[in-house]
Amino acid sequence: MSDRIQDPVRFIDERTGAAPALRKALRYLFPDHWSFLLGEIALYAFLVLVLTGTYLALFFEPSVGKTVYHGPYAPLDGTQMSEAYRSVVEISLTYKAGLLIRQTHHWAADVFIAAIVIHLMRVFFTGAYRRPRELTWLIGLALLFTSLLEGYLGYSLVDDLLSGIGLAIGYGVLLSVPIIGGPLGVLLFGSAFPGKGVLESRMYIAHVFLIPALLAMLIGAHLALVAARHHTQFRRDRRHTDRRLVGIPLFPAQAPRSLALLFAVMAVLFLLGGLVQINPIWQWGPFEPWLATNGAQPDWYLGWLIGALRLMPSFDVVVGHYTLIPNPFWGGVAFPLFVLGVLATFPWLERLLTRDVRAHNVLDRPREAPTRTAFGVAFLSWIFLIFAFGASDRLYVLFGVSYETLLDVFRFAIWVVPAVLFVLVRLLCRELGHTDRIERERDCAEREAGQAGAAAGAPGRVESRA
Amino acid sequence: MKLRQWLIALSALAYARRRRRREQPGPQPDGSHHRARLSRSPGDGRLVPPVPADRRAEHLVAVLLVVAALFAAGFVVVYAELEPSTLTNQLLGVCIAGSLACVAAALAVLARRLVVTEELEEDYPEPDPQAQDEVAELVREGAGGITRRRLLVGAAATAGGALGLAGLTPLLSLGPLWDTTPLQATPWHRGRRLVDTGGAPLRAADIEEETFYAAFAEGAEPDEIASLLVLVRMSPSALRLPPGRADWAPEGILAYSRICTHAGCAIELYRKPRFPALEPKPALVCPCHYSTFDPATGATVIFGPAGRPLPQLPLLIDASGYLAAAGNFSERVGPGWWGVREEPS
Amino acid sequence: MRRTGSAVGWPVRWTERLQPGWRRALAVSALVLAGSATVAGAASQNGIVRPGHEPARPSVALGRELYDANCASCHGIGGEGVGRPRPGAGDLAGAGPSLEGVGAMAADFYLRTGFMPLANIHAEPSAQRVLFTPKEVRALTELVASLGPGPGVPHPEGRAGNLAEGFRLFTEDCAGCHQSLARGGFVTGARVPPLQGVPATEIAEAVRIGPYLMPRFSARQISAAQLDSIVRYVLWTNHPNNAGGWSIGNLGPIPEGLVAWLAAVVLAVTCLAVSRRLRA
Repeated sequence: MSDRIQDPVRFIDERTGAAPALRKALRYLFPDHWSFLLGEIALYAFLVLVLTGTYLALFFEPSVGKTVYHGPYAPLDGTQMSEAYRSVVEISLTYKAGLLIRQTHHWAADVFIAAIVIHLMRVFFTGAYRRPRELTWLIGLALLFTSLLEGYLGYSLVDDLLSGIGLAIGYGVLLSVPIIGGPLGVLLFGSAFPGKGVLESRMYIAHVFLIPALLAMLIGAHLALVAARHHTQFRRDRRHTDRRLVGIPLFPAQAPRSLALLFAVMAVLFLLGGLVQINPIWQWGPFEPWLATNGAQPDWYLGWLIGALRLMPSFDVVVGHYTLIPNPFWGGVAFPLFVLGVLATFPWLERLLTRDVRAHNVLDRPREAPTRTAFGVAFLSWIFLIFAFGASDRLYVLFGVSYETLLDVFRFAIWVVPAVLFVLVRLLCRELGHTDRIERERDCAEREAGQAGAAAGAPGRVESRA
Repeated sequence: MKLRQWLIALSALAYARRRRRREQPGPQPDGSHHRARLSRSPGDGRLVPPVPADRRAEHLVAVLLVVAALFAAGFVVVYAELEPSTLTNQLLGVCIAGSLACVAAALAVLARRLVVTEELEEDYPEPDPQAQDEVAELVREGAGGITRRRLLVGAAATAGGALGLAGLTPLLSLGPLWDTTPLQATPWHRGRRLVDTGGAPLRAADIEEETFYAAFAEGAEPDEIASLLVLVRMSPSALRLPPGRADWAPEGILAYSRICTHAGCAIELYRKPRFPALEPKPALVCPCHYSTFDPATGATVIFGPAGRPLPQLPLLIDASGYLAAAGNFSERVGPGWWGVREEPS
Repeated sequence: MRRTGSAVGWPVRWTERLQPGWRRALAVSALVLAGSATVAGAASQNGIVRPGHEPARPSVALGRELYDANCASCHGIGGEGVGRPRPGAGDLAGAGPSLEGVGAMAADFYLRTGFMPLANIHAEPSAQRVLFTPKEVRALTELVASLGPGPGVPHPEGRAGNLAEGFRLFTEDCAGCHQSLARGGFVTGARVPPLQGVPATEIAEAVRIGPYLMPRFSARQISAAQLDSIVRYVLWTNHPNNAGGWSIGNLGPIPEGLVAWLAAVVLAVTCLAVSRRLRA
């Protein structure tokens, strides 16, 4: 048995020198808590995206050249459309596993970004972004915002009515950048909207090659930094300190767990891809700039932007004849940049406000940092309420509360609710922290009382299987 | 004597209680980390503690993997036998997901029952100030031959900047770097006729009240957004157009740019009151962010985030009764940008 | 024609298209919000006044009796309309457009859908439970038709239409308010109803009438053949091609986002399942 493993190991090490690195890597310690696996959900979703995306790229036709559809889908029979749209309708309705893989790809994109957000929340509320992990945090933010762009480009490639409307709005937002917006839009689109088709090939190469390469590099850097500084950990008992990491080794314990999660992620995504319809572009029809549909929405991860665009009151900032700040700028550019700015500078903002400059390897439970937790909840609720308003026309259709009423309510609520939540959550954290402290002190006292009377106990033992 | 024995006993006790399996010993006394050998269990010298055999778990893992194989085979069979359809898609999805889920379950059983979950300790990596100093010193000493540092750094920056710019220059062919003329392009001039979606010219008599129409410039590219119009007819007495537009709406027929001035979606909603006494007045609405425009007053914004009214196209009815433009738009079309409020040509 | 018995009207009809889980969630939320709507709707249920003894066949005379009792307070004794709200039957203030020349088509449409009678003149007319019997509807239709020459009830041929042309026309003229798959929507000032379960005649009538805030498309704008195609497409939206599986409402990215988050939460729970420790 040992020869069968020893020989290949010797072979590899003689040619690569990898044995010492492997020895270290196989025993890399992971903290023993489920919340450290959340980032892996995003990682495995990315893997699914690359695999399914490669398949799709073999069949997709990135051209806006006009063609006429003749195929099994009757409502489009004889309709003029772009080659891109036609190729996606064919992938969906003509190739056997095409729809499964296309839907899995789209579900994976939605879940990928949701997983990043959940992971970001875990990192934020436990203070894992603090020194020495600020770079990891920044790379994570870059991953999040790059993924938003990647998803947007991906579903806009199809040139269907829904995503074409989204591209028009993207064009409008681009134009709203002060002073340079107009020429910038013309540069990217090749002309005024819709732009003569060069946009399609640019989006294609960005979505299929440039951005995935960037994402892969960022993910690599992110993981490398995590490993280089080692994971953070919760303070479960006295052994967990800023200097000493207690955890589970990669081999043989953690690896099957991570692999199980990998297969679970793939299973869930393919199940969704097979059973739940997503982005049925054949039902929307091809994009034409004079057409629109009610209830046009971007994918969920851009919903915060449509909410912001809808909430803005009607005004352009005009200086003489010149439009300095057109209206979409606030919701489409200023809002996301502000959120990114707050998140990116947060480690240093916190350092400034708490005067805590030392390195942290032990995480805070959210209640142990009341102000940070309260701020995080308030900030998230602000973004979430803006996001929720983006769906308010559908809420009106469903529940009958008029859109105009919802508009007034939300314009008020997006400021008041976060303020109230800030106060309440901070109070709650302080209360919980107070209770915890009392319990801890009591446990401490009990332990000391017990130790004083204890006989020589057994020496510390390594814990085996749980 | 007794005290020393007690001390020895106590320290042995303390040492024993504090001892845990340690993976990486700390830094050597001289501060370096030598070939870190993995620590072994004191009793049997093993690196990884043993785990009692669990045949039931092993059989379970085997069964799960076989089921996974069956699902995967099912995928291939469904793919080969069935035509593309909703059912095929669902079956393919269930097969592949079932296979993956079984593998996931097998790995989970493996993780819980067939491998040991050790809890180990090790030191967090500390910053190595000596290495940091040595790196800094290396750079400082190695580059010590450079005495005119500011000159060389300045020159390097210039070279780097110029090279970078030169490298980026071919990207200029992507499009005009600073060209706003496409944003001002318009197909409209006096006499250019309006056509419908099919390309047939529109007669004024065909335009009725209480409805709306899509219109285009005759002969223009269908993608040219300045060509896209929304047409409505209102009673001339109901119109309150801005000054200077008294003759822009012959017989009350109004033509506005179909492209919303907020973010560029097509204006495809029109509401008209069946009973004006109680119902809201006619309005053109954009479906994206619900900017609402009043056609009677020159498409001014009455609700929603748009910052300026829809540009109006002056119309005339030619001798044969067809609708044609009487000039260019009142404003530039499309979403706002720096020069959108400048006088259109 | 499927009608529901609830006072909340057309949204409930729309929900019959949903999966049971969504329907339950909707019902709970609707209960919370439907309080005043129930009260307002209840008024219309009680509002029909009938003659004591109705003849067996519909007639203009029967129509006249029903009209005087139920419609005249808003539409005027001679159907000339009431321009400004004035106290009418009971404590309802009545006002309404003239019915002279609207023809049998308008009466048939408004009465069969339950848009009329309208309990609150300031409310948006929407599909309600029809309280008139079919005979009474015929009688009223004959009466309104007699008020002046007007269009008769159309008879669209859904099957004669071309589905692709219907989809194209619907996208150009209707989808802006009704949504590409006729799932309904919003226009400033009104809720736009979904069109699932709407019969062909009503679709054609609505296109020609332009009820409430909807534009009115005459035969000059949409020919009879084109109308047949549009009707065919709208009927098709009752069972669109959901090749991808469960359609989650055919509404686009909003329900898709909800499902994606559900999947992400399920995967987070899977993390719990594969790891050892739950608590920090």
